[in-house]
Amino acid sequence: MLLQQIINGLTIGSVYALIALGYTMVYGILQLINFAHGEIYMIGAYMGIIAITFFIYIGLPDISIALTLVLTFLAAIIFTGAYGITLERVAYRPLRNAPRLSILISAIGMSIVLQNYVMLAQGARDKIFPHELKIGGELIIADAHITYTQVLIMALSVLMMSGLTWFIKKTKVGMAMRATAQDRRMAGLLGINTDRIIVITFLIGSILAGAAGVMISMYYGIVNFYMGYTAGIKAFTAAVLGGIGNIPGAMLGGILLGLLEALGAGYISSEYKDVFAFAVLVLVLIFKPTGLLGERISDKV
Amino acid sequence: MGGGGALLKIDNIHTSYGVIEALKGVSLKVKEGEIACLLGANGAGKSTTLLTICGVNKPTKGQITFFSRTINGLPPHEIVEEGISLVPEGRRVFPMLTVYENLRMGAFVRRDKMGIEEDLESIYKNFPILKERKNQMAGTLSGGEQQMLAIARALISRPRLLLLDEPSLGLAPIMVEKIFKIIKDINKSGATILLVEQNAALALEIADYGYVMETGKIAMEDKAEKLLKNKKIKEIYLGG
Repeated sequence: MLLQQIINGLTIGSVYALIALGYTMVYGILQLINFAHGEIYMIGAYMGIIAITFFIYIGLPDISIALTLVLTFLAAIIFTGAYGITLERVAYRPLRNAPRLSILISAIGMSIVLQNYVMLAQGARDKIFPHELKIGGELIIADAHITYTQVLIMALSVLMMSGLTWFIKKTKVGMAMRATAQDRRMAGLLGINTDRIIVITFLIGSILAGAAGVMISMYYGIVNFYMGYTAGIKAFTAAVLGGIGNIPGAMLGGILLGLLEALGAGYISSEYKDVFAFAVLVLVLIFKPTGLLGERISDKV
Repeated sequence: MGGGGALLKIDNIHTSYGVIEALKGVSLKVKEGEIACLLGANGAGKSTTLLTICGVNKPTKGQITFFSRTINGLPPHEIVEEGISLVPEGRRVFPMLTVYENLRMGAFVRRDKMGIEEDLESIYKNFPILKERKNQMAGTLSGGEQQMLAIARALISRPRLLLLDEPSLGLAPIMVEKIFKIIKDINKSGATILLVEQNAALALEIADYGYVMETGKIAMEDKAEKLLKNKKIKEIYLGG
């Protein structure tokens, strides 16, 4: 039971972590809580199902299931990436020098717009992940069942998070992202096109969220237009738990939150699953608003 | 004076913060190879002038030319590519990047990897303390070390014109002396410098030409050695 809940927690936790990274990176650079980020994840889930349906129609899974999955992920992240960039262009860039509240309201507005747009375009009913592409089979360790879908989710998440860490730490653009987050004007004065860095930040965050969306639709087998809301708030909680603006913090926060939820659901009650997440949010905000790995919050001049 | 030899030419620029006009028609020239300094009291508009050159503030009127090219209106990152680098007031190193990463960001506009490595080596030679601390977060350096890093970070882009904003601010006297010697050396190695400084005596000592700003305008200008002897300057800025 314990091992089983830990596996479940790690699975859902890595999905939270991927979404939380988008919140935390955008916050780090713009001090903006991008409320529409959960919707990007939801769009990723829909794009996954649309792509798979199309691939089934042309008969691709009969040739190779692995190829179908790879192409599905690709299609989803290309679309969510495009949505993320458009979101920044349309809703946030025009407000770059506006009061912070305006851009926050714009974010909430975009969240409502995207949710309703998907509802109108795709219908309000749940969509089901095509069973042709369900990955069957599982590993049994002790008495815990680990499905191959769970293995795939965890492996892919670790891969993406290591890739991101390497990118942020070692590449010139990653360095420029950190520099821009610390002092945007100074970054511009060194020749860094900070508008472009912001676009790249949205692009990366949206790609991670899109991949997370496809994974969750494979895992739960079901997708709907309001799924971005809860997932978004939980991932936001994860980001706050780890210390908003802090990249390793978002990964840690996501995993911890997933574990907490799974263990709470297993040992206390699954009815209260969502309560645990929000209790964590409240407790962190009261007792350690900077989060587990958060830096000292300094006022910007 | 004519246009001959002027690397940077500012012609009657006006800059406003909201309804407040901070620069009310500033004109000045910096000739290739010289150190020009811009003196004046707090709030006279010295830093605003530098930030306007860098493109952070957009002038509402007037023209800035660099190498006979108009640069006002360009965003800051494009002005850097033209060859102008700023060492800002308060240093503004990236505290959570290492010394090396700060320098690497200074070279952001350069594409020649080999050249950057060479310049890094020569910077480490001239600033041994930066080499010693290259893997340390810049936020952990002392004020003087941060000032060296800020200057080195500006230099590694190989600017034609280096703008320095109050490099002596908040530093111990011995460090101030060191920094000014560095500035002089940079100038000798070929870079043109526009220096903003409250410590007028020090600035005029190393400068070739000086401008004095008062409430958003140039109130006086002359060769540095003449300004040093000027009675009014002595009274107001050099302490009698």
